[in-house]
Amino acid sequence: MTGQYIPILCAAVVSVGLAAGMLLLSRILGPRNLTKRKTSTYECGVEPTGSTRERFPIKFYIIAMLFILFDIEIIFMIPWAIEFRQLGFLGFIEMAVFIGVLVVGLVYVWKKGALEWD
Amino acid sequence: MHGIFTLLATSTHVESLDGDWLWALIKAIAFVGIFLTIVPVMTWVERRGSAFIQDRVGPNRITVFGIKNAGLLFPMADGLKFLFKEDFLPEKAEKILYTLAPMMIMIPAFIVYAVVPFSSPIMHESVADDGAITRYIFSIQIAPNLGVGLLFVFAIASLGTYGIIVGGWSGGSKYSFLGSMRACAQMISYEIPLTLSVIGILMVYQTLSLQGMVAHQTGGGLLGISWLPHWGIFVQPLGFILFLVCAFAETNRAPFDVVESDSELVAGFHTDYSGFKFALFFMAEYASMVTMSALIVILFFGGWHIPIITPENPGSYLIDWFRGFDMSLLWASILTTVIHFAVFMAKTGFFLWLFIWVRWTLPRFRYDQLQALGWKVLLPLGLVNVAITALLLLFYGM
Repeated sequence: MTGQYIPILCAAVVSVGLAAGMLLLSRILGPRNLTKRKTSTYECGVEPTGSTRERFPIKFYIIAMLFILFDIEIIFMIPWAIEFRQLGFLGFIEMAVFIGVLVVGLVYVWKKGALEWD
Repeated sequence: MHGIFTLLATSTHVESLDGDWLWALIKAIAFVGIFLTIVPVMTWVERRGSAFIQDRVGPNRITVFGIKNAGLLFPMADGLKFLFKEDFLPEKAEKILYTLAPMMIMIPAFIVYAVVPFSSPIMHESVADDGAITRYIFSIQIAPNLGVGLLFVFAIASLGTYGIIVGGWSGGSKYSFLGSMRACAQMISYEIPLTLSVIGILMVYQTLSLQGMVAHQTGGGLLGISWLPHWGIFVQPLGFILFLVCAFAETNRAPFDVVESDSELVAGFHTDYSGFKFALFFMAEYASMVTMSALIVILFFGGWHIPIITPENPGSYLIDWFRGFDMSLLWASILTTVIHFAVFMAKTGFFLWLFIWVRWTLPRFRYDQLQALGWKVLLPLGLVNVAITALLLLFYGM
């Protein structure tokens, strides 16, 4: 069972090695003379003011929450889709009810204006 | 039944070389090698292609011993330049996260290739004294036995989002932070219609394994038309369009490249990156383009199958044909594999070109339009596609 994941591990090892190796190589080969101006944060030549890591619009949180809800919905649909022919009409009705509930949720979110960016 | 399946059925003993970790390692290195060739070629195609579309000359300055080569050496020069550039840390950056971010985005982009079937397997047979035939199979795929194929691709590919958010946050620049927030919101928004668009095709194929999907699209005679190949696009046209649109959004390519909309956010989440760290972001973008193109080909365009050549025989019509010339199974299957690989690459190449073509043709979406398209158009359409597929399968059996 876990045997089928061994090739994945090999691919992972190769890609980690590649990424780390390249960064290391560029570190060795590249010049290093840092100046105050060079390392200052690039904001189009204007002196950066304040911190970057501050509050940001709540829109992004809402999108993330919606994503979790709907992504789980889709994940449930994948095994259902694979077994669709075996499940037959009953399976279709059950999934229709499940999706129906979530579609009601989508309509609610839509009407509430959570999908609007202004 | 012809081809691979009959061959395997008549074997006394079938041995697969796919479980061997050493072969997997060699294949992984080889595929990374192939990929490291595709990326420079793609950058060349992108630059020359954009020049062609905009009626410019494009890069043509590097010559070798006075021979003009249409700028073919530019990618090599770019690569060398990245290696020899200074790789510095901006003063506000978080050192560890800043270094890890490009790796976090490139590593998943490469691991995804482990499940992509690039060609038909190579086979070899040996006959023992007692007439028992042992056949060996060597897949052109790093992890062919992985049953969850497509799910694995989606799971790993979405890990790239972490790289983007970490990269944008750790740099300390407001532009990259904004870019990464946008990128993250865009990618998670479009992941939903992307996954939804394949539900329909999963209902038809009844498998998650990418190899199984390719095997499902063998032969012709779809809808009673003898020359029409059994490809996903003819079964799921709406699903294909949805997948294509989401593929553009997932790879942050134009017209959905608000992430690095040059005129507003400088370069988006990788504004502060320099040297090879930047190159890793760049490679990851092309890696995900190749993944998406390969997925489109596997899901909707028959993988490595050739449309007319394999009208009725699944899998290896070509093998049978080559064996007609008194070729051994090994050589016949190697030739077939090479041809199938070329076909797969040609189809993938077309979609890679489509990515470039679209980028230099269409204007960029506004961010609110992009979110509205994902949630208000693609998501409902995806649900409609699933419903239509389900009803058709129930009442007509397809």
